[in-house]
Amino acid sequence: MPFIPHTEEDVREMLAAIGVSDIEALFDEIPPTLRCGKLKKLPQAMSEMEVAGLMSARANQDGDPACFIGAGAYDHHIPAAVWQLASRGEFYTAYTPYQAEASQGTLQVLYEFQSMMVALTGMDVSNASLYDGATALAEAVLMAVRANRKSKSRRILIPRSLHPAYRRVTQAMVENQGIELVELPFDLAGGHTDPATLAQFAGQDIAALVIPQPNYFGVLEEVDALTDWAHANKALAIGVVNPVALAVLNPPGEWGAQGADICCGEGQPLGAPLSSGGPYFGFMCCKQALVRQMPGRIVGCTRDLDGKVGFTLTLQAREQHIRRSKATSNICTNQGLMATAATIHMALLGSDGLERVAAACHTNTQNLVQKLTSLEGVEPLFNRPVFHEQVLRLPISADGVLDQLSAMDVLGGLDLSRDYPELGDAILVCATEKRVEPEMDDFQKKLQMILSC
Amino acid sequence: MSEVPNELKYCSSHEWVSSVDDGVVTIGITDHAQDQLGDLVFVELPETGQALELKGECAVVESVKAASDVYSPVSGEVAEINEALMDSPELVNEDPYGDGWLFKVRLADETELDNLLDADGYRAAADI
Repeated sequence: MPFIPHTEEDVREMLAAIGVSDIEALFDEIPPTLRCGKLKKLPQAMSEMEVAGLMSARANQDGDPACFIGAGAYDHHIPAAVWQLASRGEFYTAYTPYQAEASQGTLQVLYEFQSMMVALTGMDVSNASLYDGATALAEAVLMAVRANRKSKSRRILIPRSLHPAYRRVTQAMVENQGIELVELPFDLAGGHTDPATLAQFAGQDIAALVIPQPNYFGVLEEVDALTDWAHANKALAIGVVNPVALAVLNPPGEWGAQGADICCGEGQPLGAPLSSGGPYFGFMCCKQALVRQMPGRIVGCTRDLDGKVGFTLTLQAREQHIRRSKATSNICTNQGLMATAATIHMALLGSDGLERVAAACHTNTQNLVQKLTSLEGVEPLFNRPVFHEQVLRLPISADGVLDQLSAMDVLGGLDLSRDYPELGDAILVCATEKRVEPEMDDFQKKLQMILSC
Repeated sequence: MSEVPNELKYCSSHEWVSSVDDGVVTIGITDHAQDQLGDLVFVELPETGQALELKGECAVVESVKAASDVYSPVSGEVAEINEALMDSPELVNEDPYGDGWLFKVRLADETELDNLLDADGYRAAADI
């Protein structure tokens, strides 16, 4: 079935109207070296039945291992109702709700999403979501440079304890805009960013300081001291947070004396499954005073001519379809479906439920670490408190150990040697609320077996 | 018909400049500009003390349908901003040449004023 509505005659008429011989001629200005030509290695087409068979064979290769890997994507329980509801046609196929009178359902869900994110982060306003956590940080950096009118430097302090992928994505998105990311080292004993390392930047022109909570190692940062340092030095404070952790930790809106200015993060732990890396969604919240510099969609609540409550996109003068090249961002959309699932997920759990999930993750990880570190040569690398992840040092090659565990149906953590060679044979482990005692005992037993070989 | 007072000077980008008072001029947007923009909902002003470049972007006026940059008709330093616009941006619509002024500039070079348009010149440039 063709999905292009133009008939051959339509195409001929349009080409004749603009005086061009064929469609190919429209692409003349692209040099041949930049064109990929024919795709030679594409396999033969398959029928739907064959593709379904191939996909299920590939999926079976994954098996059903117990997952102890976190590192930015977390294996949480998702109540069955979440995707049952989010998959309804009204949510599943809805596009950007420009036409408010035809989109009240979608707009109300996004408004609820924003309200929940504001409650969770303690900030004043939230947008309707962004692509993912890493791009949300890049957008937050761009926003901080625009919003901090006291700073001319376009310099951002970014801790090495922040997710390496977030740092790479942010670098890629901001480096051609003259923004400089200055890396802050982490404390080798604590695994956190020691506020004392900031002393060397005191009095310098810094646009913003990025503060992860918890950081990539699962370690809790000294968010109050870092936020206050940023404000004392006329820099904005950007929090990068795990939304589940916020159920038990102080929210960014309450960090230090004035609270963080912007906070962002990955929304996947709120109802999105681990699905080969996506789709996930990013979130971003900020102080009221910065809202006109915020990227993305914002849904507002208002009253119509008859005084009835209604919802609509608001503050659109920031956006690309109105402000053109001066827009706050090229983001002119949101991850509507994932934000919808997150809204349903949070509504089903409630604040008590989310707090219980966070507490269970913390307890499970403590329990796991205790079991694993009872083995000879396995020890925690950092001595500071963690949320639901911890770095462990192994007595032999981390890479080899994880491969063997994986062959035994245990995804035993993430090898940190690629991104942090200075840590030696270190792995990052995580036990969410889904991991049960027998799985942890099994992990311990198998690790012991591997280490004693 | 938009008002274009004869005693002011203008830029083709729709800013007006008052006569000099002790080295300082007042700057706003024209009646024609506010009329084209429609109801203003937000005005972003420069900071007092900020250095302005000739024709540099220095403020933003946002209406329900557009956000437009305001360019400084002169170079100098911002002497004062119209704080009342923070809560009442509609002053620009109601009284563009009076209570709706945007900011005052201490001039770096008074001769720059000679390059501005007079009322007739602005009428011609803006086609009004």
